[in-house]
Amino acid sequence: MTIHLKVWRQSGPDAKGELVGYTLENLNEDMSFLEALDVLNEELIKKGEDPVEFDNDCREGICGSCGLMVGGIAHGPMKATAVCQLHMRHYKDGDTIVVEPFRATAFPIIKDLVVDRSAFDRIIAAGGYVSVDTGGAPDANSLPIPKEDVDEAFDFATCIGCGACVASCPNASASLFTGAKVAHLAHLPQGQVERKERVVRMVDQMETEGFGDCSNHGECEAVCPKQISIAAIAKMRREYLRALFG
Amino acid sequence: MTPRIKHDKPDLRSALSSSVGKKVLTGVTGFAWAGFVILHMAGNLSYFGAGEAYNEYAHKLLSTGPLLYAVEIVLLVCLVIHAILGVNIYLGKRRARKQGYSTYRSAGRPGLQSPSSRTMILTGVVLLVFLVIHLKSFKFGPGIAEGYSLLVDGEPIRDLKRLVTEKFQHPLYAFGYTGVMVLLGFHLRHGVWSALQSLGAMNRRLTPLIYGIAALLAVGIAAGFIVLPLYIYFFAP
Ligand code: HEM
Ligand code: FES
Repeated sequence: MTIHLKVWRQSGPDAKGELVGYTLENLNEDMSFLEALDVLNEELIKKGEDPVEFDNDCREGICGSCGLMVGGIAHGPMKATAVCQLHMRHYKDGDTIVVEPFRATAFPIIKDLVVDRSAFDRIIAAGGYVSVDTGGAPDANSLPIPKEDVDEAFDFATCIGCGACVASCPNASASLFTGAKVAHLAHLPQGQVERKERVVRMVDQMETEGFGDCSNHGECEAVCPKQISIAAIAKMRREYLRALFG
Repeated sequence: MTPRIKHDKPDLRSALSSSVGKKVLTGVTGFAWAGFVILHMAGNLSYFGAGEAYNEYAHKLLSTGPLLYAVEIVLLVCLVIHAILGVNIYLGKRRARKQGYSTYRSAGRPGLQSPSSRTMILTGVVLLVFLVIHLKSFKFGPGIAEGYSLLVDGEPIRDLKRLVTEKFQHPLYAFGYTGVMVLLGFHLRHGVWSALQSLGAMNRRLTPLIYGIAALLAVGIAAGFIVLPLYIYFFAP
């Protein structure tokens, strides 16, 4: 199949970027979107041009390294899919696809499609941890936790930190990411020790990094490769009020 | 033994200006206004009541005196906070993404992004401007001294009904008001649900239900307001 790409090219953090058009012929429709970009890069390298920089690692939707705006949607048009698992068969021969980096002031562009998402690491460092020694892995079922809590905690724990929530949010808010961490730990006994200051510190860090405030558009949930619900954001707000008044 | 952790509880002021606090405040104040708007709409409908129901209702409200002042002050404070935060959130969003996308699309459900959620700042500012004009026309408009009076049980009360009827016979006023009430409906379509989410009251099961109810409520409120100007413009003698 033939695909036309319009790819954001930017040589460095302060350089002016632009969309550059490329046409890829003879693509295999079983390729992933990142493999199509690999094909593009091989062609560019053969021609002596600079390849397109993009982040990726596991290519199986679990590491959270990859992340592109594909056709205006974070990770592309398929639900519950990181862009490494988006396949070319979802496109028609001759389609034009715009590829841009995740844009947010808190995610500065390093080069082309690669952005610096270390703001997320700093949000985690502010409170997304358990400081008490929890020992080795306990026997299964030796910690009494109601099933509903475990299920909720697990749903929130599936966050891979890719940043699609920020990228798709009209406000560039990191509330789903932060909310998922807060909600995950608030549901588990290990998370109780720092329960109050965790939410305060993480929310504080989120603002310090320059993310926007949440307007409850819920766009984040729609693009999240792990389909994390904005219930996490409501939970974060409850936790915050609890820390304040509880 | 559970180790003791120093709880660095934020002081109330920094908590309220935090990302969560701002939304909680927008939600509470927005809710207060939504509640007022529903009562106001119901009050309007007494225009269609028998006899002097409308004027008597308005008169009764005024005669509650200090209670009315208290409610007005709360509403004013809520509005100031709501508008400042609304603008603040909007400006913050522009700072948080300085360079926009060349192509952007919503991924649709389960997201709840809508024309209504995207235009909150616009509909909000229109509501603010409208409110000033509206108060000037009616609340601080001509009263007994200007001859808009009638006798009920031998006592002169303000003839608000005449004022309202006259105002809405002007097409500009009737259709302007109608237009703004449609925008109010838009503001509330996202607002009602959003306020509950901001207060942390939503979860996975409730959200779709409440989002649906919010739509009905928004349409109901807008329709409730719109019948009055349209009735007066097209049918009032
Ligand atoms: C009749 C008057 C009004 C009513 C009933 C009302 C109601 C609401 C409600 C219920 C919300 C949802 C709160 C939340 O998301 O937590 C809201 C949000 C909002 N309102 Fe209002 N509002 C009114 C007037 C205004 C005015 C005068 C402005 C601005 C000048 C404004 C700007 C906004 C904005 C920007 C939001 C969205 C906040 C965000 O993005 O998170 N509103 N409003
Ligand atoms: S490369 Fe690991 S999630 Fe896509």
